Amino acid sequence: MKVCLLHPEHDYDSEPLPWNEQALVHDLGLDVVLAVMAQRDKFLFAASKEIILSSLATDVDTILYRQRVLQDCLKHSSVVRELYSLAVRGVERENKGYWSFFSKYPTGVLNRSLELIQMLLDVLRKLRILAEKQTDGFNSEGFRNLFAMLKRELTDEYLDDIRAHLQELRFLNGVLISAELGEGNKGANYVLRKSPSKKTRFLWFFGGGRDQSFQFRLHPRDQRGAKALGELNERGIDQVANVLGQSADYILAFFKRLRTQLGFYLGCMNLHQALAKKKEPVCLPVPVNANERRHSFTELYDIGLALSIRSQVVGNDLGAEHKDMVIITGANQGGKSTFLRSIGLAQLMMQAGMFVGATSFSANLCSTLCTHYRREEDETMNSGKFDEELQRMDEIVDHLSPNSLVLFNESFAATNEREGSEIARQIVSALAERRIKMFFVSHQYTFTSGFHGRKWNNVTFLRAERRADGSRTYKLVQAEPLRTSYGEDLYNRIFEHKLVPERPELELVTSPTGDQSS
Amino acid sequence: MTFYSILFPGAEDPQSREVAEAPEFFRDLNLHQVVDAITAGKDIYNLKPLFYTYLPDIDVIAYRHEVLRDLEDELLLGNLKSFAQEMSKMRQLFADSSKLSDDRQKQRWFLEGAAIYGCAIAKLARDLSSAQIKARALSTFRDYLIGYVASASFRALASDTEKRQADLASIRYATLISGAGSFKVSKYRDGIDYCSEVERTFQKFKYGSGKDYRYKFRDLPHLNVIEAKVLEFVTQLYPGIFDSLTDYCDRYSNYQEKPIQVFEREIQFYISFLDYVEVFRRAGLTFCYPEITTDSKEIYSEGGYDVALAYKLVPEGATVVCNDFHFKGQERIFVVTGPNQGGKTTFSREFGQIHYLAGIGCLVPGRAAKVHLFDHIMTHYERNEYMINLQGKLQDDVIRIHEVLERATPNSIIILNEIFSSTALQDALFLSQRIMEKIIDLDALCVWVTFVDQLASFSEKVVSMVSTVVPHEPTVRTYKVFRKPAEGVAYALSIAEKYGLTYDRIKDRISL
Repeated sequence: MKVCLLHPEHDYDSEPLPWNEQALVHDLGLDVVLAVMAQRDKFLFAASKEIILSSLATDVDTILYRQRVLQDCLKHSSVVRELYSLAVRGVERENKGYWSFFSKYPTGVLNRSLELIQMLLDVLRKLRILAEKQTDGFNSEGFRNLFAMLKRELTDEYLDDIRAHLQELRFLNGVLISAELGEGNKGANYVLRKSPSKKTRFLWFFGGGRDQSFQFRLHPRDQRGAKALGELNERGIDQVANVLGQSADYILAFFKRLRTQLGFYLGCMNLHQALAKKKEPVCLPVPVNANERRHSFTELYDIGLALSIRSQVVGNDLGAEHKDMVIITGANQGGKSTFLRSIGLAQLMMQAGMFVGATSFSANLCSTLCTHYRREEDETMNSGKFDEELQRMDEIVDHLSPNSLVLFNESFAATNEREGSEIARQIVSALAERRIKMFFVSHQYTFTSGFHGRKWNNVTFLRAERRADGSRTYKLVQAEPLRTSYGEDLYNRIFEHKLVPERPELELVTSPTGDQSS
Repeated sequence: MTFYSILFPGAEDPQSREVAEAPEFFRDLNLHQVVDAITAGKDIYNLKPLFYTYLPDIDVIAYRHEVLRDLEDELLLGNLKSFAQEMSKMRQLFADSSKLSDDRQKQRWFLEGAAIYGCAIAKLARDLSSAQIKARALSTFRDYLIGYVASASFRALASDTEKRQADLASIRYATLISGAGSFKVSKYRDGIDYCSEVERTFQKFKYGSGKDYRYKFRDLPHLNVIEAKVLEFVTQLYPGIFDSLTDYCDRYSNYQEKPIQVFEREIQFYISFLDYVEVFRRAGLTFCYPEITTDSKEIYSEGGYDVALAYKLVPEGATVVCNDFHFKGQERIFVVTGPNQGGKTTFSREFGQIHYLAGIGCLVPGRAAKVHLFDHIMTHYERNEYMINLQGKLQDDVIRIHEVLERATPNSIIILNEIFSSTALQDALFLSQRIMEKIIDLDALCVWVTFVDQLASFSEKVVSMVSTVVPHEPTVRTYKVFRKPAEGVAYALSIAEKYGLTYDRIKDRISL
């Protein structure tokens, strides 16, 4: 029985997070978004995080499938919440019994499973009844299939069948085992047979002298014998205990998958509510295949930032068709990092099947998303900063394949500009030739202007805007790199307005070129 | 044709040639680690003496190369390995069953052992017949084996064994355990496997592979009281089958052949060595057949390395550095100088190991190699544990060098490592020069690791080799030893190179 709310055929279960999970969460500010989705529920947080980060392998059809399920959720939120609470109830049955009381012996496994399944039968029936009430109103195939499956598979007749087995497995007529002689003439291939009733048992063993049989009765005080006979009994029921133990797990696992998948949509519903309250726009993105190249959107904003500040945020527009690389230059604090975050978040959310923060959004899928941000501190102290940057890049290259997306934020700048630009040039050129899509925020004029000079038609240049008075709009425009990054602005504001005393002799010492002659 | 040995051509009593102790130079060259690794887990074969035994005989080497070339056939090698496994399984069976007290159990184990033996022998005969065998050693053994398998005694053993096994396998019985401490045993006919019925009912919930709840029963070889009772009942249910088993065991109490036992041990020389080689090959390192010369001293190695060191580095995923070397014309002596930790000692071991492995007919590390058929390898490595006092140590050094030079011939290999290092430079220079003259006169092959730079330009017979480190990161060991010093590279690019992030490397690393 599959839930299939995230994919038409494969049932989403727990999936491993991508190798660069920590970097992604940190660089894209994902925690803020997840916190709103979870509403303080730890499980919702984890489920949303896992599904968002592990959905990079989804294809266009799957994304559209999820979008339709999501639309149903937004329309019928109370039914979806009821369904979710049934799933939670099922999962919690596992913690209701005193399971630790049972041993690891087959008998223990068997008895635990008998009780657990008995309790889950009731929740299964309630699920079916809920499904029976919701025949209409849901339009997505995801929900329609789920409801149909519950009605078809969990009939009263089937649930009675299970009850009959649970009764049989209490072995009131003794345990009948068939066997062969294995290695060293020890009993082997023990197979449990359906125990004969009182009447047929008599026929089986003594009936009409068909076969010889031998009987042995233990002396009441023969403890060694009793233990050995107990072991034989355990061997006989070992297989069926295993099967029943697994079956109980499978039923629990079904509830867990239902909870996880519904949990993700519940998170989306929560996020939707929060953004609607702030009057920030959202839209269902239009995904295109990974081997195409598109990044076209209007009013794309960073959801994480929108959820953290009181005022409205500034969105950006871009129409990039057939572009492999977007190079972003311009003023400090001009919104470049925010923009890069909004690109990464939108990509993750789109591929997870969610809405994105924009009035319209369309992009090609990427098989891998990596961020290479300049880190403030070298935490390990093992290597120099530049060495550390390249070490991380090395790790990224290990995971890249064509149609990956890499977001660079001031990478390779921890050395002098000439060397850094050369390294960046080599890396970026090679990645471009291997069909890897990149957004690169850079201050290194040698690098950015070098690319601009080449006039490649698969590269777009964006620049953080600055008004004539030096104030920022936080809006990016399509424009070629300029030699200065307006660091002068920062300097002026901090040094002039905050009246930090000037110390020209220090400036000489820290000057990277050290041209003291001028 | 009579079969004697697949290691020593024509030797009637191959074991008499074996040397029990490792040669003196083993420790200096870390060859003891190599042999330990090769023979690990194979103590029952007592393989070490086979690796300790060196005969300066070009025919022994050829005899073994022939076998190794035949074993390049992976199918044949695999078949020989499974033969070895079957035989050791049989041995384990006998060892285990000797601990049992129940006769019905012992008899069953004896039957299984004989069955394994018979199958393994028959299969080996078939495998050898269908393989393309060129080696003298293997074809002699094959002919012997085919004769043995066709013999009447072997065929009777095989068919009787099969019959007894089939009888025992046909036995089916049922046990009904009732709660009151009693049970019944009878023959069993067909019935429903109840477990699969339960499984079918829950089938619809099945998802992935479930946790394994099956209890790990302690499977002791002997029977407990209930099992013994059950077996007793079963014997009474099927008396004929158990009587014939007793007859069988009496008839075939001694069935193993001596030449097969010799083969079983000697083939392990090749198998264990090739398994060892496989570890390197999987890590992208090469092994090759060395060319052996008796007249020329123009030896070389392409891409050789210290196998003992590489064997430690491979599992750590660390890079193994290969070092080429060659002598041309009159060149006889490598003088290795350069920074410490730069791979000098490693280089000297590589040189010695390649020669020794080639000498015992094995493959050698590297893409290609040519070695001289030596009579002795003599080494003198500085050993810290012999630190008595400085004067005593210098004296000890000189005495040992003297011994080496007394025994050495023009066909010997001499490897010296950091001798005289605890002496005043003046003394070291003087002694080194005198010894160098002697080695040059002798015309022996030599590797000399030293801090005395002057030795590097001593004569046209001397080749200077220099160990290196990364110019900007002196702490990074390269282990690379060159004929000439290397040139530096720009700092940033060298780091990019270190991480494989240059334009060309990235394009190699990501495939379209």
